[in-house]
Amino acid sequence: MPVKRADKTSMPQREAQARARDFLEVNKGYTPYHAAFEAERCLRCQNPVCVEGCPVRVPIPEFMHAVATGNMQEAAKILRTANPLPAICGRVCPQESQCEAECHLAKRFEPVGIGYLERFVADWERAQPPAVTANITRKEKVAIVGSGPSGLVCAGELARLGYPVTIYEALHAPGGVLRYGIPEFRLPKEILDWEIGILKQMGVEINCNVVIGKTLTLDDLFGRLGFSAVFIGTGAGLPQFLKIPGENLNGVFSANEYLTRINLMRAFQFPEADTPLRVGERVAVIGAGNTAMDAVRSALRMGAKKGMIVYRRSEKEMSARVEEYHHALEEGVEFHWLCNPVEVLGDESGWVTGLKCQKMKLGEPDSSGRARPVPIAGSEFVLPVDNVVLAIGTTPNPLLVKTTPGLGTTKRGCLVAEESTGLTTRPHVYAGGDAVTGAATVILAAGAGKRAAAAIHRDLSSNNGSLDVNKTRRPK
Amino acid sequence: MAKILETRKLTPVTKYFLLDAPLIAAAAQPGQFVMVRIREGGERIPITIADYDREAGALAIVVQEAGATTKRLCALEAGQEILDLAGPLGSPVEIPESGHICGVGGGFGTAALLCLLRECIRRGHPTTALVGARTKELLIFVDELKQVCTNVEVCTDDGSAGFKGFVSQRLEQLIKGETPGRPDFVVAIGPMAMMRAVAEVTRGPMVKTLVSMDPLMVDGTGMCGGCRVTVAGEPKFACVDGPCLDGHEVDFEEAMRRNKMYVREEKLALERIACAAGKES
Repeated sequence: MPVKRADKTSMPQREAQARARDFLEVNKGYTPYHAAFEAERCLRCQNPVCVEGCPVRVPIPEFMHAVATGNMQEAAKILRTANPLPAICGRVCPQESQCEAECHLAKRFEPVGIGYLERFVADWERAQPPAVTANITRKEKVAIVGSGPSGLVCAGELARLGYPVTIYEALHAPGGVLRYGIPEFRLPKEILDWEIGILKQMGVEINCNVVIGKTLTLDDLFGRLGFSAVFIGTGAGLPQFLKIPGENLNGVFSANEYLTRINLMRAFQFPEADTPLRVGERVAVIGAGNTAMDAVRSALRMGAKKGMIVYRRSEKEMSARVEEYHHALEEGVEFHWLCNPVEVLGDESGWVTGLKCQKMKLGEPDSSGRARPVPIAGSEFVLPVDNVVLAIGTTPNPLLVKTTPGLGTTKRGCLVAEESTGLTTRPHVYAGGDAVTGAATVILAAGAGKRAAAAIHRDLSSNNGSLDVNKTRRPK
Repeated sequence: MAKILETRKLTPVTKYFLLDAPLIAAAAQPGQFVMVRIREGGERIPITIADYDREAGALAIVVQEAGATTKRLCALEAGQEILDLAGPLGSPVEIPESGHICGVGGGFGTAALLCLLRECIRRGHPTTALVGARTKELLIFVDELKQVCTNVEVCTDDGSAGFKGFVSQRLEQLIKGETPGRPDFVVAIGPMAMMRAVAEVTRGPMVKTLVSMDPLMVDGTGMCGGCRVTVAGEPKFACVDGPCLDGHEVDFEEAMRRNKMYVREEKLALERIACAAGKES
């Protein structure tokens, strides 16, 4: 129950022991009483800095006022005009480092639970009859490559402005990382399906199983298919490996593979679903970001007896959200800080048996500003494990760039794009999300999708009908 | 959804499918593959493209019954639909500028030689198709290849047709033999053991050899890394860097081991199908 107003109303959760063995959602959501009580805490500041902290600029004070006064219809409307994916962002956004970090209350107390309220309102909206309709008024067609957060938001914004929008998705189901990466217990797929359903009601067309760069080229989209602008939101889906001995032993996976088998392919329902995942008794996940937490918590739910995080830095440098870290702790995940994997060990049949690590200590800050981990000589030890999952980051998939002339990339393989518009090195081609920034968050991708939609709208509104897609121009 | 236009049973365990897939047929190149999923909750499996007809918008694949998914797929007939079909994926075979090209096919891998050799001939290369199977009944696509390629060699392990022995043994003779029949470039498509044997034969005489790897894949677009194959000591993703990779540099030992990762689960899935069939009858 809510206590004094200095604290955020806590999120009702399923009990750790029970939830750590199934894929049902961990957080249960606020009751209407919780929600009104929490929204009341908002100070309605004259200068709402929380809005500055939000990549999609949700008008938070107005939204809070609507919730506090019980006007849910209004709250949902305010939310949806700023953010086409509220039910998703309310669940997976790192609010603690964005809107809630800026909240005036946070200076002395706990911030307002903006994320929990966003989720509450979106869930209220889900229980209502659908209120959106298609309103296509423009003749210029826009193609979106990739149906992850940036693509979905860009599509939603453009559909709202009246454009006919077609999304192309390489996999057999839309959602990108929201579908293949983020597990059911954090983001139930029925929520994702509902958000995508709303886009479809707005007239957005989604074509799955089309790999742009392979099935069709970017030039086909402009030429043969007659699109006037293209948004590229292909994400950063290329897994990185450590390049240590034993990495190709059976039972070593990238987190992408591990999570894709579970989330997209439903390996947790094997053998009713056809895709298996061989989960061992002792699973070591290397890395300490959100993906690592998702992988290790999924391993427990898949039946592993022990799930371990192995990270070469300390708890302070971990990039995972605090809430996910706490959830993992509650569920019994073991943390091996300052441990650097140097070799994967296997048996004669080629299966993993252990992970050889060395102990580290923290030294001077490195280029990322975090303390550089330095190996301690002679500190090698072996963790007995039968699964190793690498969650050490991803880079943009080069598949589209390889087949698209004139699309500039950075040294890290990210697309070159103007920050404020998403304009790439080709006219009428925009990009946003992880494909531009490298692996980042859902909400930053959503923000980029939104900015690109506005820029595409300006581009197509000022366009006097001539399309010169062969001319490349450098973004300023 | 892709409609099945035509099917043909080639052997008791292999089936030919012609699919209505105009976009994929228009973009396909020899050496590429498609990802197929045939039911809700189904797995994604890679299948090599056997042939394509850009005019008709049709794509040909040949499937061998091995696991649960291929068994279910082979139960489908013309008029039915494939739930999900995506492609063409992977890198096309880089056909050299000149020289005699030999396509070596083993088992159902033979099917994929069709579009490759047709393209080589279109570019003016002398070509040989060297196809093998355990026994005469299991040979596929010999007639189709003869329509494309003047020089088709057949091998069977038991000598029931053509040369008695393995394709690798016959290839060795061709390499040692007199030009113009001597291959300058070999592409082998078939079971891993056969491709490895072919690569061993061509290693000494330094005949450039590509092998079409068929590792486990989940997405087929470079996202999961499950299909990694070690080539010259470096990890390559078969789905984007391959599937055709340098046969002299591929770590076959590791690739074979990785392909056995889910043997237990595959067996379980097959048993369930057998069980379900038993209940129905």
